[in-house]
Amino acid sequence: MEGDSVKLLGFWGSPAVLRVKWALAVKGIECQYVEEDLSNKSDMLLKYNPVYKKVPVLVHQGKPLAESLLILEYIDETWKQNPLLPHSPYERAQARFWSKFVDDKCMPTVVAAFSKVGEEQQKAAEEARENLKRLEVGLEGKQFFGGDNIGFADIAIGWLPYWIEIAEEVVAINLIDAESMPKLNSWFHAFIDIPIIKELLPPRHKLLHHTKTFLQA
Amino acid sequence: MAEKKNSNGEVKLLGAWPSPFVIRARIALNIKSVEYDFIEETFGKRSQLLLKSNPVNKQIPVLIHGHKCIAESMIIVQYIHEAWSSSGPPILPSLPYDRAIARFWLTYIDDKWFPPLKSIVLGLDTEPIEEKLEKVREGLVLLEDAFNKISKGKDFFGGDQIGYLDIGFGSFLAWLKTVEVTEGVSLVHETTTPALAKWLQKFCAHDAVKDVLPPIDKLIAFSKMLRANVDLVINPK
Repeated sequence: MEGDSVKLLGFWGSPAVLRVKWALAVKGIECQYVEEDLSNKSDMLLKYNPVYKKVPVLVHQGKPLAESLLILEYIDETWKQNPLLPHSPYERAQARFWSKFVDDKCMPTVVAAFSKVGEEQQKAAEEARENLKRLEVGLEGKQFFGGDNIGFADIAIGWLPYWIEIAEEVVAINLIDAESMPKLNSWFHAFIDIPIIKELLPPRHKLLHHTKTFLQA
Repeated sequence: MAEKKNSNGEVKLLGAWPSPFVIRARIALNIKSVEYDFIEETFGKRSQLLLKSNPVNKQIPVLIHGHKCIAESMIIVQYIHEAWSSSGPPILPSLPYDRAIARFWLTYIDDKWFPPLKSIVLGLDTEPIEEKLEKVREGLVLLEDAFNKISKGKDFFGGDQIGYLDIGFGSFLAWLKTVEVTEGVSLVHETTTPALAKWLQKFCAHDAVKDVLPPIDKLIAFSKMLRANVDLVINPK
C-alpha cells in the first residue's frame, strides 16, 4: 500500500540529491533511500525519469518527480512544517532567483574552472569568482539566505562551497577567497556546522577520491 | 506594437517586444489585470535602469513593483501569481504535484527544447539545421504527450484557464512560427501534433495573449537583424 510513502532514488556523490536529503531532513520526513549505480541505472530509475534518466527522483504516494529545485518546492508545499520558502512573494522570488543563479550561472563557470587548462582555465576561474562574489548580494544583512535560519536557497546552494573546497585539493586554483568573499565564507561555515546539514554531507575523503577520478578522467 | 498601459507608476516591466521571456511576464500581468508601464529596452544596449534593477544578470525582463525588483521570467510569473493572488484566476495549479509537473516541463522547454530553436533563429552553425529541427520536433512529440496527460481533455495545460505551463511554452509560439516560415518547415501541425495545434490556436486567441504576441512579419524582419548582429546577442553591451 502506497500510503504516504516517500522514496528517494539517489547517488551518494550528487549535490542535487543532497539538496533533497537536506530538505527532507529539515521537514523531518522519513524516506526510503535507494542508492543508484549510475553506470548501470535501474529499471526503476529509467521508468520514473524517462526524460533525463537522472537522480534525484522523489517518489511520493507512487508518483515520481525529477529535478532537484522543483522537488524542493514540492516538499515545501506538501509538508508545511519548518517552511523552506519565506512568506512574502518578494522574498520567495529572491530565494528562487539565487537558487537558479547558482545552477544556471555559477555551476557552469565553476565546472569550467576545474576542468579546463591554461588560459581558458584562468578565464573560467575569473568568471567563477565573479559569480561567487555576486552571491554575497543575496546575503546582505543576513546570516543565511533564509535570514536567521536556513531556508530554500541555503539548501539549494550550500553544497557548492563544500564541493569547491574539495576540488581545490585536486586542481590548484582558488575560487572562494575568505578575504574577498567574507560573507560567503562565513555563511558557508555556519551552514555546514548545522548538525542535520553536517551529518548528511558525503564523507570528505570519499568525495575527494571521486572528484579526483572525475576531474582527471 | 508594445502598448503602454498607464498606471500610477507602481508596476513597471523592463523588456523588449520580441523577447519570449518578456512576453511571459506580460501575459501573467494581463491575467491578473495589473496595469503597468512597459519600458522598452534598446536591442544591444543596456539602460541604466536595467543595470540598476538587475545588476546580477543584467537581463530583461525585470518587474519593478514599488521598490522591489524581480528578475527571471518564470520567477516573475510566480511572483505575479502570489502578489496578486486576490485578483483574477490563479496562474499556478493548486495541487503540489500538478505544480511540480508544470515546473518540470517548463524546465525541459527552457533547457532542452528552446536551445536548438534559438540556434536556428540566430543562424548559428553549431550543427546542421536538419539536426536542430529534428530536436525541436522530438521535443514537440514529448510536449504533445505531456499536454494530453496534463490538460485532462481541457483546452489548456492549466485546464479551463491558461496557466504557468501555457505561458511558459506559449511565449515561444511566435518564434516557432517564424522558424516555420523562414525555413519552410512544419513543426506544430494537426497531423503530427494535433493536440498542440488545437491548443496553439486557442492560446494565441486568448485575451491575455493576443496583444502581446508579436506579428510574424515583424519578427521575421527582426530575426534577420539578429543574425546580422549575433555578437551583440551573445555579448550585449
